[in-house]
Amino acid sequence: MQIKLTVNGKEYSHDVEPRLSLTHYLREVLDLTGTHIGCDTSSCGACTVLLDGRAVKSCTLLAVQADGCEIITIEGMANGSELHPIQAAFKEEHGLQCGFCTPGMVMTAADILKNNPTPTEAEIRHGLEGNYCRCTGYHNIVKSVQRAAETLNQ
Amino acid sequence: MGKFIGKSIKRREDARFLTGKGKYTDDIKLPNMAHAAFVRSPYAHARILNVDTTAAKIAEGVVAVYTAADGPGDYGVPCGWQVNFKNGDTMREPQHPLLAKGKVRHVGEPVAIVIAESLALARDAAELVDVEYEELPAVTNPKAAMQAGAPLVHDDFPDNAAFDWCIGNDRAEVEAALDNAYHVTELEFINQRLAPNAIEPRSYIADYDVNGDKWTLYTSTQNPHLIRLLLCAFVLGIPEHKVRVVSYDVGGGFGSKIYHYIEEALLTWVSKQIARPVKWTADRSEAFLMDAHGRDHVVKSKMGFDKEGNIVAHLTDEYCSMGAYLSTFAPAVPTYLHGTLFQGLYKTPLIHVNVTAPFTHTCSVDAYRGAGRPEATYLIERLVSKGAKEMGMDPAEIRYKNFIPPFDGVNQPGYQTQVALQYDSGNYAPVLEKALEAIGYEDFRKEQEAARKEGKLLGLGISTWIEGCGIAPSAVVGALGARAGLYEVGHVRVQPTGKVSVYTGAHSHGQGHETVFAQFVADKLGIPMDDVEIVHGDTEQVAFGMGTYGSRSLAVGGSAIIKSIDKVLEKGAKIAAHKLEAAVEDLEYAEGKWTVKGTDKSIAFGDVSLTAYVPHDYPEGLEPGLDFSSFYDPSNFTFPFGAHLAIVEVCAETGKVTIKRFVTCDDVGNIMNPMIVDGQIHGGVVQGIGQALLEEVVYDESGQMITGSYMDYAMPRADNVPMIETHNTVTPCPHNPLGAKGAGEAGTIGSTPAVVNAVIDALWHLGVKDIQMPLTPQRVWKAMNQN
Repeated sequence: MQIKLTVNGKEYSHDVEPRLSLTHYLREVLDLTGTHIGCDTSSCGACTVLLDGRAVKSCTLLAVQADGCEIITIEGMANGSELHPIQAAFKEEHGLQCGFCTPGMVMTAADILKNNPTPTEAEIRHGLEGNYCRCTGYHNIVKSVQRAAETLNQ
Repeated sequence: MGKFIGKSIKRREDARFLTGKGKYTDDIKLPNMAHAAFVRSPYAHARILNVDTTAAKIAEGVVAVYTAADGPGDYGVPCGWQVNFKNGDTMREPQHPLLAKGKVRHVGEPVAIVIAESLALARDAAELVDVEYEELPAVTNPKAAMQAGAPLVHDDFPDNAAFDWCIGNDRAEVEAALDNAYHVTELEFINQRLAPNAIEPRSYIADYDVNGDKWTLYTSTQNPHLIRLLLCAFVLGIPEHKVRVVSYDVGGGFGSKIYHYIEEALLTWVSKQIARPVKWTADRSEAFLMDAHGRDHVVKSKMGFDKEGNIVAHLTDEYCSMGAYLSTFAPAVPTYLHGTLFQGLYKTPLIHVNVTAPFTHTCSVDAYRGAGRPEATYLIERLVSKGAKEMGMDPAEIRYKNFIPPFDGVNQPGYQTQVALQYDSGNYAPVLEKALEAIGYEDFRKEQEAARKEGKLLGLGISTWIEGCGIAPSAVVGALGARAGLYEVGHVRVQPTGKVSVYTGAHSHGQGHETVFAQFVADKLGIPMDDVEIVHGDTEQVAFGMGTYGSRSLAVGGSAIIKSIDKVLEKGAKIAAHKLEAAVEDLEYAEGKWTVKGTDKSIAFGDVSLTAYVPHDYPEGLEPGLDFSSFYDPSNFTFPFGAHLAIVEVCAETGKVTIKRFVTCDDVGNIMNPMIVDGQIHGGVVQGIGQALLEEVVYDESGQMITGSYMDYAMPRADNVPMIETHNTVTPCPHNPLGAKGAGEAGTIGSTPAVVNAVIDALWHLGVKDIQMPLTPQRVWKAMNQN
């Protein structure tokens, strides 16, 4: 099937198999390998991207369902060499260790802060609940989101 | 302290991870790469009557289909540690074939591999492989596996035992002491099976190059050189110099990526058969079925106390599952990494640990974060806290009473335990004091009392832990059955311009070596951190290495680098002395330059390195170049320790446990980067909380795994855990140059018993003395309502 979509501000048009997941489309067709796959049940959140401004688990969507949509992946967050405030906050607060869940965490954090610019710790934890991290114990991820909120609200 | 050591320097590796530019194995795409899918056993135990691959072989896009009949890797994957029976009989070691031969012995065992042009086509074709099985009865509980008449995992091993083992004092003496003890505390429980669940699934690409008959294996491993050695020398019988193993970014390991798995050996074999690169990445279901699990001990323990609460004896009998096959380090985990830690932090004079290690029809069990030490700590700390409760003593007081007195390993000797090990240095009371002060222990007891009157169930749990890590002296582990040395390699190459490339055999999969190692290298050489690059994870760049596990990267890998730096400075001093026309003894090295003492005559590091490579005006007889590699074999394990405290609230209506606070005070020796150490503690603690409250791999009676996905296996999520309040003390390791002990596993070791002790503390007045982990609301509610 033919699809047309915008990813990180660039338009793409491809003929894809109907069964191709959005994650595989991003990784295999567009070579945007920052979006990761950590499970097969939409439980881990490593594949989270922004679709029309909302955080979605891209493994839950087929590429054809994203037809006509605007997608932002982790590769589209920084402005050139300048990290997005959320990315910068993760670095400052050591919100990542192995880095595998990180893209999904950053995209989820973007969604949390878009909808709630001044979240409480509990609201942040609730918002991150769909993303697994096995390294950080979430402590520094929560702090990263708190710091990002401060920066974005300045 | 220098400019960088001891500072929370932000990580240099973050830039690529935060922008989606990390290079994990599954991100690599090679030209003409084929994809693999496995046909796996749906049964825990079955005879393979027939495998029909006809339809799969002619399916769209299929390149090849292989079964055991095609003869991949005749020897199977080996075990790297031999633990013989108590009576001296040799450990029973089954062959672990790359594809099942004749029988399958656990759910998920591969029977065939299908190679196709795409992953989807490989999976489609795998569905077409028709395997005829005769299902056989299975056994999954390690104690049940040792009962008469239990189904056999390997027909030639008549009682399922891989080995049995004991350590400590004479059993009869320990039993007599327990008989005469004032009070004996008992516990029987299962230290439940866990799935490690690094978020990056295992992934391999084998690339055979017909030019030169060479392979490159890209693999998500914690120890590339060990994989190469096992793959070449033991599994496929190919020359080691023909294989390059590359492990760039690895998305977490926690032990599960130490081992040499059958899939990576099989892919290497397949790549030559098809003369193409071939990739396989596990999906999460495969990870649950195949990635070596942790724990799975059936435990029966007794601890005896005198009237004052001094521990007089400890006896434990355990059945510890090996799974269906012996994974790389499996036999070491419930023995030398477990029984040898039964001294804990206490003066216990008599200890006996008896382990029986059977095969079961399950995934292999091997080291999972902490590896044997969390299991030891859990049972010791539960016994001590339960003993205190039963004797009406304060759980902190009983610990203080039993702590080994301080010793620094320099002025006082190391502490000789009853279970073989000699602790390097320790000062145990301060970690507990500091943690109790931080949590406000006295105030909490009042709060707890008041809350109870309002029907609120609050509890505080203490766990004081020790572990043996920084593994380890090669001669010692060799005597204990290891089939490998456990030194590390550190290669320091000073470039002509004074920039430094460091090649380490340690491997980072989240630990931040690229930053931390650069911190101490820059400090020791007195040069900017930007002038130092850390290289790891490629057997073609790094001469050799034993990899990262057992919290050994800094203590062992870091020490190897220090050895090479010492050699660089020693040779550099000769060059400097020549250039400054002074004697070596008259020079001092600081801030990146050699200075003639008491003068302003000096020469910078970069000038010396340039001279080493442009040796026109040069000391006579000295070789050019400034490039040293060292092997560091430690003289002992390191023994970090600490205290973990949890405050929990148990919901009286539902039994749900909420962790209100978690306080740690850990002593991991000298700290290079506090931010990174804290991060290791946070993550470890939450993994330990996972075991206490949420996680368990469950096999049903037929051997079917019923927790094989994230929908069924519960891991801690952000809203299950609190902020972790970390504190520390510093007792340097006396026997390595950095004074570092290791922090990778600390959190996991200390936290689990703290949480369970807290829940029991909250419920003791209701008659609850123990609850089987994980402490799910259902189990807690049942325990609360049993009377």
